Amino acid sequence: MEDLSLHILDIAENSINAGAKNIEIAIIEDSSKDLLTIEIKDDGKGMDADTIANVTNPFFTTRTTRRVGLGLAFLEEAANSTGGKLRVESELTTGTKVIAEFQLSHIDRKPVGNIADTIVMILAGNPEINLRYYQENNASKFLFDTNDVKKITNEIKINSIEILKFIRQYLEENVNKINK
Amino acid sequence: MTKLKIEDLDKIAEDVRRKMTIREGGGKVKITVHMGTCGIAAGARTVMSAFLNEIDIHNIKDVIITTSGCAGLCSKEPMATVEYGEQAPVKYIELNETKVKKIFDDHVLKGKFVQEYALAIGSERIQ
Ligand SMILES: Nc1ncnc2c1ncn2[C@@H]1O[C@H](COP(=O)(O)OP(=O)(O)O)[C@@H](O)[C@H]1O
Ligand SMILES: [Mg+2]
Repeated sequence: MEDLSLHILDIAENSINAGAKNIEIAIIEDSSKDLLTIEIKDDGKGMDADTIANVTNPFFTTRTTRRVGLGLAFLEEAANSTGGKLRVESELTTGTKVIAEFQLSHIDRKPVGNIADTIVMILAGNPEINLRYYQENNASKFLFDTNDVKKITNEIKINSIEILKFIRQYLEENVNKINK
Repeated sequence: MTKLKIEDLDKIAEDVRRKMTIREGGGKVKITVHMGTCGIAAGARTVMSAFLNEIDIHNIKDVIITTSGCAGLCSKEPMATVEYGEQAPVKYIELNETKVKKIFDDHVLKGKFVQEYALAIGSERIQ
């Protein structure tokens, strides 16, 4: 994966495959600790202890279409290569939280990339999902919540082309370019 | 220019609502971009963005853009399926921005599918 926003898209797809109705994505940049934290939390079906123990093993997947499951292994590698780490907290029927920590200034830390397009892509295929995106750094905070969108769009689907176009432009203008 | 605010969506939603009464709900063309880890790593999101850019440029509204999970054909990613009206769906493989432009001009706008970028019929794996 070229950048962290693509990892986020991939991890959020796990949440969708796990039947999540609510997904929360957070990117916290803390320059005083030289730390970049990405969290993806869902209320999907969760994992049992055996799955959690194996979840970052690239040869582990519960999918039947392919023999390898690479998504979390890729993200762990991206975090580890900066001296950071990946944590997966999950409980059956409750949901899952994936936390990836990166050394912010590390030369191997991938850029955050295009968050707007990642969110638009999640919503295009999953209009019924409630998605919250939160971003924080020392200078600013930003929250995007599809519930705020749905209060305005009501019966119009969030993945109608005009609505998606608005969300894309809105996020492009409002999401901070975190340290690239 | 001031940044967009979420309230600015109000006007757009009103507009959509007004037009919904005239047009029959959904779109004439449906574009499905395949995701999955392989698809994403190969450029599925770039393909989605390229389609959205074309939709912007041509300012068309009767189109649906959506995603689907892993298609199980990792070496052919990024892939997208285009469904034009009642015509049979066409799966396109190994996409990039240039191919998307051509598919948009020929297939999405005019209903003529682009054979050279399409997955050969029969080579599709059954999920
Ligand atoms: N959010 C989640 N909720 C429930 N199970 C998950 C979640 N994320 C990952 N898993 C489990 O971990 C496995 C490995 O995930 P991943 O590394 O992304 O590979 P893949 O999605 O290709 O199987 C999945 O097959 C699934 O069983
Ligand atoms: Mg996955």
